[in-house]
Amino acid sequence: MGACTMRLLRLLAFVMLLGGTALAQSPTYGVGRTPTAEEIRAWDIAISPTGEELPPGRGTAEEGALVYRRQCAACHGAEGQGAGAPRLVKRQAEPNVDPWNLGRILPIRAPYATGVWDYINRGMPLNREGTLTADQVYALTAYLLYLNDVIPEEKVLDAQSLPKVEMPNRNAWAPLPEWKRGMPRLPGYPY
Amino acid sequence: MGSKRPDRRGFIKGGAALAGGLTLGTVAPALGQTPGSQTFIKGNEELVLYGERSPFVTSVRMQHPPGGRPSPDAYGLYFHIAAPLQDSVGMITPSSLHFVGTTRGGFIPEIDPREHRLMIHGMVDRPLTFTMEDLKRLPSVTRPHFIECAGNRSSPRYKTIQETHGMTSCAEWTGVLLSVLLKEAGIKGGASWIVAEGTEEVKGASSIPMAKAMDDCIVAYGMNGEAVRPQQGFPLRLLVPGFEGIFNSKYLRRIKVVDRYYLTYNDYGHLNRRDDPEGAALGMLIGPKSVITFPSGGQQLPDRGFYEVSGLAWSGGGAVGRVEVSTDGGRRWTDAEIKGTAHRMAHTRFSVGWNWDGQETELLSRCTDETGQVQPTRAQIAEFFNVPVGRVKGMDNSIQPWRVASDGSVHNAIA
Repeated sequence: MGACTMRLLRLLAFVMLLGGTALAQSPTYGVGRTPTAEEIRAWDIAISPTGEELPPGRGTAEEGALVYRRQCAACHGAEGQGAGAPRLVKRQAEPNVDPWNLGRILPIRAPYATGVWDYINRGMPLNREGTLTADQVYALTAYLLYLNDVIPEEKVLDAQSLPKVEMPNRNAWAPLPEWKRGMPRLPGYPY
Repeated sequence: MGSKRPDRRGFIKGGAALAGGLTLGTVAPALGQTPGSQTFIKGNEELVLYGERSPFVTSVRMQHPPGGRPSPDAYGLYFHIAAPLQDSVGMITPSSLHFVGTTRGGFIPEIDPREHRLMIHGMVDRPLTFTMEDLKRLPSVTRPHFIECAGNRSSPRYKTIQETHGMTSCAEWTGVLLSVLLKEAGIKGGASWIVAEGTEEVKGASSIPMAKAMDDCIVAYGMNGEAVRPQQGFPLRLLVPGFEGIFNSKYLRRIKVVDRYYLTYNDYGHLNRRDDPEGAALGMLIGPKSVITFPSGGQQLPDRGFYEVSGLAWSGGGAVGRVEVSTDGGRRWTDAEIKGTAHRMAHTRFSVGWNWDGQETELLSRCTDETGQVQPTRAQIAEFFNVPVGRVKGMDNSIQPWRVASDGSVHNAIA
């Protein structure tokens, strides 16, 4: 196929894409109301790997250790282990161990530190969800990442620094396949 | 069939009590009439208003996995609850017996549907908030779909089908196609994923590819002819047909349209090592799968002779295309009869007639879906990936063998 034809096809595809979206964009039923910016902000709690939903605030491991003692230790144990709730520190202290061998522990397996912040913020403490301040969540995240040797003790976590934390598993996970209707679960796998 | 037997002591007691109150009502049958039941279920307001099954029917759900850890909260008791598939007939799981999976515990938010809202925002032209009333104004669909938990794995430790396969169920879901709502909000160019989030204490959130969201996902308010049950996400649940259970967000209150995989806490369940993309793929979609529900592990054949061997088949890849059954340990396979229509991503009832000669044998079933994917044996999976038999990557869709002993007892024959 000539370069000219290719360009034409690409242009055609682009035009069709525009047309398609434009059609899809006119509301058909006019049902539902527009939420206010404040309503959206209040519910917009899923934190993306790049952290744009993170609220203002800051915290360090030292501050987090104090919050942890009061809010978390009863279930998760002193320093993240030894109690009924899931363990929060890796199983081996040696550096450079494959993160997949350190257990299914969020503050070490999560590919992005934003996921640790997100889960503490949305789901902890048990039965008192939503009672931690943003500063406390930053501090607890810093404390758990410090316990797992991901960040140094003095590191300040905030909306800018948290997404930049290099988690050991950042590039060590397999992405999900791109889903298409009728596709096999795994190409080449007959089952 | 152990689990079908009513609790005798309870029944005798209950029967005696009922009989005692009914002596005045019993009359001698007129000549030529067949005597009817000697006891009656006394009417009460509850029975009139909502109904109840027979006290002889005692099929119940159970904790999954058996002996597993209890939920950390004081109310839920168990993390997961498995459906009694051994007693199932047809393709629909009654709402009261539908399996329950939770991400953290048995928390069930008590949501007033008049207060509930679904918000769609993010990369859209018009963020929108819908009330339940709004959603019920929109064009609806009603479709049977199964939901299956990633923990639905057979094991040599398990005796019954409730233990090996009870974490799948199928209900008829009614609601609005998610694509209708997304089009109403207008998706912006570059949007490639959605994040669907619930209202429960942990606000469970899952990332779902936009192509799937626009294809056949349902924002469901109805289940088996009534409102979605609280354990299943009342008042609103997202159905993501054919995807692993955790994608089917309960108590749905928010959908954010985004341009990347969000890696939410729920999504961590689909994290695999970089060198194991097979595991990730096979953990996302549910493969072709089937299981014989009768006769199944723990049941007892009373005698040799005729039996309808019956089971359920399903696939995340579409409709069930074909089910084969072997009654001789896999030497010969017979095409099973499909009962009614095989719906896309729905349990499908199948059966074959079988004359048991009283000899020990093994019963197996094999599903092929409309895309041609075939349910494998554990040996075939092991051979494909060159791993020890029994190591099943992703969702376990392996063939379940049931051994019928010469005394008619039925056993899990997974090695």
